[in-house]
Amino acid sequence: MNSQSEERKVRLGLLLSNIRLEEKLLIQEAQRRPDVELTLVDSREIVLDLQNERSLDVLLDRDISQSRAMHALQLFQNSGVKTINSYEAVRVGGDKLLTSKALHDAGIHTPRVRVAFTPESALSAIEEMGYPVVLKPVDGSWGRLMAKIENRIAAEAILEHKSHLSSYFHSVFYLQEWIQKPGRDIRAFVIEGETICAAYRVSDHWLTNAARGGRAMECAVTPELHQLCVRAARAVSGECLAIDLMETSNGFTVHEVNCAMEFKESLKAVKADIPARIIDYCIKAARAAQHQKEYQHV
Amino acid sequence: MSAECPECGSKVELPEDAVENEILECALCGVELEVISLSPPTLELAPEEKEDWGE
Ligand SMILES: Nc1ncnc2c1ncn2[C@@H]1O[C@H](COP(=O)(O)OP(=O)(O)O)[C@@H](O)[C@H]1O
Ligand SMILES: [Mg+2]
Ligand SMILES: [Zn+2]
Repeated sequence: MNSQSEERKVRLGLLLSNIRLEEKLLIQEAQRRPDVELTLVDSREIVLDLQNERSLDVLLDRDISQSRAMHALQLFQNSGVKTINSYEAVRVGGDKLLTSKALHDAGIHTPRVRVAFTPESALSAIEEMGYPVVLKPVDGSWGRLMAKIENRIAAEAILEHKSHLSSYFHSVFYLQEWIQKPGRDIRAFVIEGETICAAYRVSDHWLTNAARGGRAMECAVTPELHQLCVRAARAVSGECLAIDLMETSNGFTVHEVNCAMEFKESLKAVKADIPARIIDYCIKAARAAQHQKEYQHV
Repeated sequence: MSAECPECGSKVELPEDAVENEILECALCGVELEVISLSPPTLELAPEEKEDWGE
């Protein structure tokens, strides 16, 4: 029964809107594979219904819009399409509070966090945590709207400004202890239980995001780093993602996971072919999903 | 293949393997551009960063 299914092409969908270098590399990689039939699923154009939509074996999320990704993945996944990552992983990865909780519950070293919902309670939380402290939007990315707060006067000013921002997410005050890191942090890439590569992100600024000018340098994947990243990926049920960590005098601390991760800066420093590894995994996952469906039909 | 930058009017060279919806940068004025069509090559200002954008 398998000879037929082995010949069937893998129907791979790429959920995206803007096509950055990452998406372009993934598209080119998929087009080089004779066994892949590629569909670009533009989240700005799709209209989804609640019925089954099974014309794909696997959908890889590369959408720059987290809210579109999350809702689209939920519908695709519920109608039997294998999505990478899962809706659950994207929901946790896209929310810093859920991420911290998942890491903490899995016993993974992650910076100390407090959450408060009003400027007043946030101020008392900050005073209790001690300075400096980092205030982050729970749903942010690229270092956007992050504040390092060094004293009470700054805290009061930032909290007042925040209370005038429109999005309701800004009334969630996610506070994190300041980690004194050595002018860099680490981004490690995990695919299917393997840490395939890692890069330091070096910057003079405390925000080391590539989007903020952080430069990549190769970072060796030690057994310790490998195992920690795999555990972090598992804690958020992510299959294909980037783990962000900082070095402390006390070992690594994991501060973030990124499901639709960017990698163009890292590619300059690492040896692994990240887009090829992602497409390899998509094909493997799609084959497994095809077999499972055939099995169910017998 | 080239198209006009809608911001500064300069000529922007499209890469050989350009695809629709690809994001490019204008070498002269630095603005982000989106490839709207390949025939004829047409560029528009890329969508502005939204609050839920990221990785
Ligand atoms: N608690 C912290 N202490 C010191 N630096 C931090 C802390 N948290 C984050 N950073 C730095 O800020 C940057 C962005 O933080 P991150 O939590 O990954 O948010 P984003 O989703 O915006 O990337 C990273 O470069 C990281 O090195
Ligand atoms: Mg980050
Ligand atoms: Zn221009």
